[in-house]
Amino acid sequence: MKILVFAISLFASQCVWSQDQVPASAAALSTQASAAQQSTDDKVKALEERVIALEGQLRMLQSKQQPVEPVMNAAAAAPTTQAAAAEQAQTAVANTQQPVYGGATGQAKALNPDISLIGDFLGAVGHNTVRPVPTLEMHEAELGLQAIIDPYARADVFISFGEQGVNLEEGYLTFTSLPGGIVARAGKMRAAFGKVNTLHNHVLPWTDRPLVTENLVGGEDGIDDAGISVMRAFQGPKGLYIEGTGQVFRGDSDELFKSVRREDVSTVGHLRAYKDITESTNLDIGGSYSRGHNDAGLLLPPQFQNDFVTNLYGVDATLRWKPLRRAIYHSFVGRTELIWSDRQQLPSAQHAFGMYASGDYQLARRWFVGARYDHSERSREASLVDKGGSLVLTYWPSEFAQLRAQYRFTNYAEGQNANELRLQLQFAMGAHGAHPF
Amino acid sequence: MLNRSKLFAVLLICGSVLTSSAEAKKLNVITATTDLAALAQEVGGDKIDVESIAKGYQDPHFVEAKPSFLLKLRHADLLVVVGLDLEIGWLPPLITQSGNPKIQPASSGYLDASQFAEILEKPEGPVSRAMGDVHPLGNPHYWLDPDNGRRIAKGISNRLAEMDPSDAAYFQQRFQDFDKRLTAAEQNWDAQMKTYRGRKIVTYHKSWPNFAKHFGLDVVGYIEPRPGIPPTPGHTIDLIQQMKRDNVKVIMVEPYFDLKTPNNIASATGGRVLVMLPSVGGEKEVTDYFKLFDYDIALLKKAFDETK
Repeated sequence: MKILVFAISLFASQCVWSQDQVPASAAALSTQASAAQQSTDDKVKALEERVIALEGQLRMLQSKQQPVEPVMNAAAAAPTTQAAAAEQAQTAVANTQQPVYGGATGQAKALNPDISLIGDFLGAVGHNTVRPVPTLEMHEAELGLQAIIDPYARADVFISFGEQGVNLEEGYLTFTSLPGGIVARAGKMRAAFGKVNTLHNHVLPWTDRPLVTENLVGGEDGIDDAGISVMRAFQGPKGLYIEGTGQVFRGDSDELFKSVRREDVSTVGHLRAYKDITESTNLDIGGSYSRGHNDAGLLLPPQFQNDFVTNLYGVDATLRWKPLRRAIYHSFVGRTELIWSDRQQLPSAQHAFGMYASGDYQLARRWFVGARYDHSERSREASLVDKGGSLVLTYWPSEFAQLRAQYRFTNYAEGQNANELRLQLQFAMGAHGAHPF
Repeated sequence: MLNRSKLFAVLLICGSVLTSSAEAKKLNVITATTDLAALAQEVGGDKIDVESIAKGYQDPHFVEAKPSFLLKLRHADLLVVVGLDLEIGWLPPLITQSGNPKIQPASSGYLDASQFAEILEKPEGPVSRAMGDVHPLGNPHYWLDPDNGRRIAKGISNRLAEMDPSDAAYFQQRFQDFDKRLTAAEQNWDAQMKTYRGRKIVTYHKSWPNFAKHFGLDVVGYIEPRPGIPPTPGHTIDLIQQMKRDNVKVIMVEPYFDLKTPNNIASATGGRVLVMLPSVGGEKEVTDYFKLFDYDIALLKKAFDETK
């Protein structure tokens, strides 16, 4: 009996002891488990961070457009003697005889330029016998190739395919890393004369160019020539931004400039002042000058061919308004350019003046209305004056397409009136270009 | 001998003036957006001057490339960008024309903050503009996850330390302090949002995937039929039906979008339109990265509570 009581009491005490112990050991276990869980969580978190960091590095590698290393190496390995150069050229030839297929194509694609193409389709109805345009015209398809060349420069090339053939609209190298804040360009480019001359067709707020451009500044292509440009910006007083540009060109720009001798270069100078009036409103004022030889002497004996010069003077002003909180819905751009042309020719020099004034208002995210007034004398016969006016309605189905209708009235110097409705369809494919300012 | 000691003294004075002016020189940091400026300020403290190009209440896709920004960029030591093509419409010409070699892409003064962050919605398979203004590299609104904020701040702090090694410890210390404060704030935000995890919402633009992921919100639709394409009547009707079906009551709109369509949708569904801030500076009182989340979370909480 004693033994039984002892056994029972032992069992009971063990039970009590184990009951006491269960929560304690469970707590210890759960502490251990939560510690383990915590350490696993920490590890997972650390791994997650590493994956995110690696993904970021991968993205950077994939989107890297600059072959910094190879350029540096190439510069370091530049041949120092003619013999070395010849040897290197031979090696290069030998290398090209063994084409490499596949291989580094993935990497090579990452270094391809940004490619874009902008199509400009025009239609016209109405009557114009002085400067007629076709009923329907695939006016141009502008191919843009843009890339960073090396740590010191970028290149922008725009090739325009039109009904008259292919034209290198612009193709230039911009040196971005020059000392003293100087930005230099070399190649073929639209000159910095006023505003409209610098703009490509697809960023104009109209389907055409103003009469003053047609009459005094070389037509659609304007001053667009091979040359060198140097630009520098300065901080003026009271937050004023001042920009000076000097350009030298070969001297051939459509019907405006024609060079006979090498030294008959044309020049363009542009001074621009910009000020933020408020956060939403700003004013941009510019003065331009251009000088070059014209074609007035081309039929004369050689010694007189380069005696005739055209001087152009321009003033431009742009007022922009865009409320930042509703920037995608409403904006206004008011602009005017005044241009004076002094053209030496026989029998007497011609002093012509022309101008346009325009306003464009954005009604809604996709809708714009605009108007333009045109007045221009003709550079070769200043007594002939063309006048006109336009009303423009633009619709953007998206950021990459645009429909536009422009009613244009022109009173030509010949005494004829032209009433036209011009329609335009534009589309952009490929790399997202920057919005012009 | 006297002359030599005089010369030495003059040199010493010149030297000390030069060093003190060098010491006083702050790094000039320009950022594309206010959020990056706020994060740079957190880690840079008084050793940097920082300014953002875009304002907090402005659509960062459509900033005008104003010449006045050129002058700011010209004097910048470091340019921090969001990347993922967010600024493609306005920043590249500014960088090119700035005439500042330091901030050209791939230079040491150019920092793409997207490399540090977790990026969502990277399109799989072929990408075309039929999908709207799609970002092929992923959604660029990544700063709206506090964890990404921490990663970006660390990245900026490291770059500042590389550019100014003498203050490396300072930047590191500032980052650790920011990290601590952010962790505490994050616990608070997470606790506040805990009860609303899984709640369905509709947003105007795809600006909120990182925010939604962090706080467990379920974005079931967008007012834009496709990114960058304005609302269409057909899509709006579909969205209203979907919101009724799924009982979605909260519509988040960025401050730069028109409220007409969101308000119509809200009145048709009994929902609530919230003008949520995607960026620091979207409202006057939202002056730093912490206040951005404080503001947005307070708005959301109130709306969720009132539309149970």
